[in-house]
Amino acid sequence: MNEVSVVISGAAGQGIQAVEHLLSNVVKDSDLYVFATKEYMSRVRGGNNSTTLRISCKPVYANIDRIDLLLVLNENAIERHRWRMTTSTIVLGEEKFVKDETNHVVVEFSKIAESFGNRIYANSVATGVLAGIMELNIDALKKNIEQYFVKKGNEVINANVSAALKGYELGRKLGLKLELKKCEEVRKKNLLNGSMAVALGAVAGGCNFVSSYPMSPSTAVFTELAKMSKTHGILVEQAEDEIAAANMVIAAWYAGARGLVTTSGGGFALMCEAISLAGMIETPIVVHLGQRPGPATGLPTRTEQADLNLVLYAGHGEFPRVIYAPGSIEEAYELTAKAFNVADKFQIPVFVLTDQYLLDSYYLVDDLPKMDIERHIVKTDANYRRYTVTEDGISPRGIPGYGEGLVRVDSDEHDEFGHITESSSVRKAMVEKRLRKMNKIIQEALPPKLSGPKDYEVLIVSWGSTYLIVEEALQSFLNHKIAHLHFSQVYPIHPSAKEYFEKAKRVIFIEQNATGQFANLVQQTFLIDTSERILKYDGYAYSVEQIAKAIRERLGV
Amino acid sequence: MFRPEDYDIPNADIAWCPGCGNFGIIRALKMALAQLNLPPSKVVIVSGIGQAAKMPQYVKAHMFNGLHGRSLPAAVAIKMVNPQLVVIAESGDGCTYAEGGNHFIHTIRRNPDITNIVHNNQIYGLTKGQASPTTPRGQTTTLQIDGVYVDPFNPIAVAVALDASFVARTFVGYLDLTVEIFKQAIQHKGYALVDVFQPCVTFNKVNTYEWYKQNTYILPEDYDPTDRDRAFKIATDTKKYALGVIYKNPNKPIFEEQLVAYKVDETPIAYRGLKV
Ligand SMILES: Cc1ncc(C[n+]2csc(CCOP(=O)(O)OP(=O)(O)O)c2C)c(N)n1
Ligand code: SF4
Repeated sequence: MNEVSVVISGAAGQGIQAVEHLLSNVVKDSDLYVFATKEYMSRVRGGNNSTTLRISCKPVYANIDRIDLLLVLNENAIERHRWRMTTSTIVLGEEKFVKDETNHVVVEFSKIAESFGNRIYANSVATGVLAGIMELNIDALKKNIEQYFVKKGNEVINANVSAALKGYELGRKLGLKLELKKCEEVRKKNLLNGSMAVALGAVAGGCNFVSSYPMSPSTAVFTELAKMSKTHGILVEQAEDEIAAANMVIAAWYAGARGLVTTSGGGFALMCEAISLAGMIETPIVVHLGQRPGPATGLPTRTEQADLNLVLYAGHGEFPRVIYAPGSIEEAYELTAKAFNVADKFQIPVFVLTDQYLLDSYYLVDDLPKMDIERHIVKTDANYRRYTVTEDGISPRGIPGYGEGLVRVDSDEHDEFGHITESSSVRKAMVEKRLRKMNKIIQEALPPKLSGPKDYEVLIVSWGSTYLIVEEALQSFLNHKIAHLHFSQVYPIHPSAKEYFEKAKRVIFIEQNATGQFANLVQQTFLIDTSERILKYDGYAYSVEQIAKAIRERLGV
Repeated sequence: MFRPEDYDIPNADIAWCPGCGNFGIIRALKMALAQLNLPPSKVVIVSGIGQAAKMPQYVKAHMFNGLHGRSLPAAVAIKMVNPQLVVIAESGDGCTYAEGGNHFIHTIRRNPDITNIVHNNQIYGLTKGQASPTTPRGQTTTLQIDGVYVDPFNPIAVAVALDASFVARTFVGYLDLTVEIFKQAIQHKGYALVDVFQPCVTFNKVNTYEWYKQNTYILPEDYDPTDRDRAFKIATDTKKYALGVIYKNPNKPIFEEQLVAYKVDETPIAYRGLKV
């Protein structure tokens, strides 16, 4: 057996996330690859949430529909996932939930848990059963359970370990034969999700100030940074609202920090005026925006790629910006770090656009590379002028207290000293100075990545988090002349992209929104036909199967 | 020693109307800075938008003239990143109490070591005379044509209710008092609110220099500002407005001093990694 796809499904509050966390770690410690992603309702108790885990002896990086093993923890779990089940899907759960299914296996999680003193140990039983079925490393199971409950005291730890071991024994006896080949190289890898990657990327990029207001799915980045605040010297403040957060981060850069704001579309909507301020006073800001479906509060816990237009056009007036859209966990790390350098160098807003799917998905990555922290602060002298007009549009940026000069920034149009002006010639010179930066910004843009045959006829275009899903989907088209072009920087678009489009007979955009926002941007940038689009906007992440099917239908192959 | 002129911006094109109360505030501020001997390179003046918010444009110091209502979050962040700077947030009553009302409340809760000077002319100046949150009930304006029909905001009472660490009010017609209060506010460790009555000679024909003289009184020398109940009574008395330091709580922890990032290393975040 090469791969097992396990789905754990139950009510919010039943500890599905605990199983996800524990099992992913046990899998990794058993020398197997794992990919885990969750979908959940916007509620704290009840409903139905699920986690999909792909466990494999080969690398796995993307979401799939297929379920090999469905672990059911509440009554509506099966119905919600029936469309993902096949004739060979095994359904595992308490008798009352699974008895009507053809391939069912009864395990009385709660009863077993109770025999160790408390129903709430059912998570540990479930983790143990799954580990037993796949013959995962029993010591890894023990170790991870102990670590997970370390703050709860010996009694709870021991009860959970015993419950898990009992589950393990049961799982092995079920005779489901789902044992996988192990792979030692996994030991050198790290289990990360997108949120952790963005936070680690921020730290690698020298982030030392974060102010935000909680909003799913971006809050985990905030929490991760708070956890690292002592060891990495990061100023952390939960602002009273997003408006305060964005203004704080801009002022923090002004004073010499490297600041991040992490938010979602609804929160970012409130920050638009501040983005415009950053544009005018040419103070850097890095914004991480974890997308979820809108408009307004939308589907708070689900996923979408529909805020590209928002960040593209956020803020009144005209000023340069950069938008990254990482396609992988590794890129979430690298591009977040890079965002700090680019914001610093060009004194502009830089956006890292992720989404719930990327932020909440885990897989194994190699050690993350060390990133260079490039600071572009000058020591000022007495004649310092903050907005010196330069050829490339970049004025030397000083900070208060470093050097003799005064650092004077003004949201009104201003002259080189930062002083308010209504002079039409100064206005013109300043607009041009600010926009001139775009020349260099475009030159330094990340070119798109092409995969697949060089002599392609069909070009599938994606951006952001769908990258690895499309990559896997295209594995089933190897005999066709189909290539994949992925954009990790969606604005400004690197000029080299145009050639890729022109070479193709057909270009198909895949996006997780209803209007094809990136296709529209490409159309507008290169004046080419981008009308072929595969779009999804139901709030759920694409799966490998869905993308493969959609491409097959389009191409009639 | 610095002199008030040392904070002048040469050839500044000052956009205030002749006779405006703002002139008195800038004079008092420069005198206070000089008397405290603060080098311009140590001071950051942060403002929002409005006539009052133009203040830092006419004072030689670091300037962050940001967005309408947003001077306080910016000032807090600057103080967090570089606690060695003297940070003064200065703006109008509309900017601070209307657009920035949420930040006013939460900045008081944080208690950063900054000074917040509010030019309270009880009207919107820059947008030409609409009511501000402090315009009295019944006063007519070009917009409130039948008169303001909501109660005015009482910044002093709100600040005392929130246990702000320093709450003062002054009237720009009394220069010495204003300089003295500015000095105390800047020297005070913690958030210091100074609400300054400032006649808008163009748009507010009710609250004139004369009106403020008649409707205010200066707190006696033996007044104890640490008595919160008394301070609250004085704050809520709007028959006659008290001037002076109305309330003080010197025992509140300072926001930036509690930040985790400074627990291990006291170097300002601003200077870390730079050769200072
Ligand atoms: C977001 C935003 N809304 C509105 C304005 C327009 N505006 C500029 S100043 C001002 C009111 C200023 O009143 P106040 O703060 O009392 O200052 P004053 O001009 O009286 O000194 C307004 C509404 C703006 N600049 N930004
Ligand atoms: S409009 Fe009023 S507040 Fe503004 S400068 Fe004129 S008098 Fe002063």
